[in-house]
Amino acid sequence: MSLSSIPSDWILGLAGGLVIGLSAAILLLGNARILGASGILGSIVEGSEPDSATERLWFLGALIGVPGIAVLIFGAPQTNVSGDLPLLVLAGVLVGLGTRLANGCTSGHGVCGMSRFSWRSIVSTLVYLAAGIVVMFVARNILGVL
Amino acid sequence: MRHLVSAISGGLFGLGLLISGMTDTAKVQGWLDLFGQWDPTLAFVLGGAILPMLLAWRVAARRKVSVVGDAFPTMPEPLIDGRLLTGSVLFGAGWALAGFCPGPAIASVTWGGLGGVVFVIAMIGGMVLSTFVGKRRLAAA
Repeated sequence: MSLSSIPSDWILGLAGGLVIGLSAAILLLGNARILGASGILGSIVEGSEPDSATERLWFLGALIGVPGIAVLIFGAPQTNVSGDLPLLVLAGVLVGLGTRLANGCTSGHGVCGMSRFSWRSIVSTLVYLAAGIVVMFVARNILGVL
Repeated sequence: MRHLVSAISGGLFGLGLLISGMTDTAKVQGWLDLFGQWDPTLAFVLGGAILPMLLAWRVAARRKVSVVGDAFPTMPEPLIDGRLLTGSVLFGAGWALAGFCPGPAIASVTWGGLGGVVFVIAMIGGMVLSTFVGKRRLAAA
C-alpha cells in the first residue's frame, strides 16, 4: 500500500490525535492534571474545586479561542450538526449527565485513562463505544432518525 | 506558570480536535455506524492521542512531582459500579445521537452554529442534573 493510497482523513486523524495526546501530556507533566473535557467543564459548572477554577477557565478559553482563531484564518470546516434541536437537547443532556456520572469522557477515560491502563477507563470506554454503536444502529436503521 | 500550561494545553487540544476532523459530527457518527458506512478515522485519532500519553505516564512514574510541583494523580481504585456503567451507557447514547463528545462540542462552539450552541447548553444542563443523582463521585479517571 503506497502512502498516497491512504485516505487523507486517516493521516489528518493520526496527526490531530498526536496533537491531542501532546496537549494531554503537557497538562499531565506540567500541572499534574488529567485532560478530561467533561471534568474540566463540569467542575466549573458545578462549582466544585473552586481553588483550581481559574486554571480550568484558562484551559477552556484557549480550547474555544485557539481553534476559533484558526477557523477565522483558514475557514470553518463542516460540523454537520443536526438541525433537529430537540434531538440535540436530548443528546446534550445525555452526554453531560453520562460523562459526569462516569467521571470521564473520550478524553479523560479514552485517552488519559486507557493510556495508563486504568481498569475503570477501559471498561467505561468499551461501554460507551458499545452503547454508541447500538444506539446508532437502532436510530439509523430501525427508527430512521439519523 | 500553571495558567500558561493550562492555556497551551487547551489551545493544542482544540487544534488537535480541529485537525483530526473530530469536530465533524458526521465523521464521529460514521465511526459508530459499524454496520453501515463505517468510518475508521476515530481509531487513528484515539491511537495517535494515546501514543504521547503512554510516554507521559512513563515519565510521570519516574518523577515525584510535575513541573509546577504537584503530585501526579494516583491510579483510581478499579471499582466498576453502577454509576460508571450507567454514565457510560448514557454518554454513548448521546454521543451517537449528536456525534459530539464534550471536547469537540466545546472547541467548535464558535463555528458550529445554533445546533452546536444548543448542544453545549444542554450538556451543561446535564452536568447540573448529575449533581442531583446519588452520592458524590470518586477521584478522577
